[in-house]
Amino acid sequence: MLVNQRASLPPTPTTGLPPPDFAPWRLSGLVLAPLMNDPAALQALGAAVDAPPYKAAPKAPVLYIKPRNTLAAAGAPMPLPLGVPALQVGASVALVMGRTACRVAERDALAHVAGLALVVDLSVPHDSFYRPSVPLKALDASCRVAPPVAFSGQDLAMLTLHIDIDGRRVHAASTAGLRRPAAALLADVSDFMTLNPGDLLLLGVAHGAPLARAGQPVHIAAEGIGALTFPIEAAA
Amino acid sequence: MKTARVAYGGAIHTAYPHATGLQLADGRVLREEDVVWLPPFEPGTVIALGLNYADHVAELARELHSTAAAEPLVFLKSAGALIGHRGHTRRPSDAAFMHYECELAVVIGRPAKGVKAAGAMQHVAGYTVANDYAVRDYLENWYRPNLRVKNRDGGTALGPWLVDTADVADPHALALSTRVNGTLTQQGSTANMVHRVPQLIEYLSAFMTLEPGDVILTGTPEGVVNVNPGDEVVCEIEGIGRLHNTLLPDSLFGITA
Repeated sequence: MLVNQRASLPPTPTTGLPPPDFAPWRLSGLVLAPLMNDPAALQALGAAVDAPPYKAAPKAPVLYIKPRNTLAAAGAPMPLPLGVPALQVGASVALVMGRTACRVAERDALAHVAGLALVVDLSVPHDSFYRPSVPLKALDASCRVAPPVAFSGQDLAMLTLHIDIDGRRVHAASTAGLRRPAAALLADVSDFMTLNPGDLLLLGVAHGAPLARAGQPVHIAAEGIGALTFPIEAAA
Repeated sequence: MKTARVAYGGAIHTAYPHATGLQLADGRVLREEDVVWLPPFEPGTVIALGLNYADHVAELARELHSTAAAEPLVFLKSAGALIGHRGHTRRPSDAAFMHYECELAVVIGRPAKGVKAAGAMQHVAGYTVANDYAVRDYLENWYRPNLRVKNRDGGTALGPWLVDTADVADPHALALSTRVNGTLTQQGSTANMVHRVPQLIEYLSAFMTLEPGDVILTGTPEGVVNVNPGDEVVCEIEGIGRLHNTLLPDSLFGITA
């Protein structure tokens, strides 16, 4: 009956998310990421940080959401939007939440983490961070998640990842020296929004994320955590 | 047709308006205060508009860097921010200025990608009322409005009813109002939106596929004032519904100063 369909508009299944082979077994579909958790990203802005429109360095974590339309199977081709010559390839390790985290203390934060996953976050390149830039960051299929691994006490300040484009190593990064290391980030985010089992919280994309053009294969790997490969395609 | 989702007697039910309150799909008639009201549909992506009423832009002009509204100001929220009618929202004690925002919420009913404004309304399932709180003390100029301002647990109320598109002749001819403890504090009309619903769907669906259950909160008119713990805030949109919310102090959440 039409009426009942209306009252229970079904949530669209989040396609392409891999099932973890540990509890919580399922990802929720929430993908949350901090902006500028790499000190080099803020340093690169130089004096602009203190000038309008920013006027000061961010104090609380600045976050963005990759909504469900962005989630695609890890290997699916990524089409360029019309008129966009290249996409920025951001890569980050994400915390896979295992327990509900609401206002957790930094010292307890990592006890709420069940796993780690490699995530790629594709965006239209932009150099203004005043507005949320949703049209540049919420493109269909612009977020891919590699199968998560269990969190068993890995040193989250010692993770390394790299990006190869067209078979060439173009970017290498580590989680050392983040403005907010994993536990501090989770504590500060959970101060105002509760994270639930299966939610993903990225540690943040490193400064200098490379660009990829149509026809180029992109390969991303985080040592001990995962890898994913997909091609960039011309606009449909 | 108006429908709600409510929790009652250990289950979640579809409910309909009734002269004495509401009626569950199974026939039981209940009073409004006997059920727990959930957002009236299962929410997908929550898309919100800032500065989408000319009068509200004027109200904030002193702190804005630009009054130009060539492109909609869009931000996203997560499902954890959502609560239903007669819900409770925490009012943090360290903030000087937290305000409500009464907004027309547009619920998508059919997938939309690359849709033009002329055909956009076919993708709308219906409307409900939103109260999208903001804590202005936490504003920072990075991805503004940042999530700490606009994506707090329980900071966005939706409901009570999802009203079918067919029952709303013109979504841009509806009076909006907010009352705090019975005093009228905000008044406006959806006629004054800068970017209208069909244009918003065209704009959004150009870069993202909208799916059933996705919801667009279309912004608020002028008249936002500070609210305090204990205040009851009622947001009303003509023909759509009257959404109640109560602000609670930190102390009830185990937070000590």
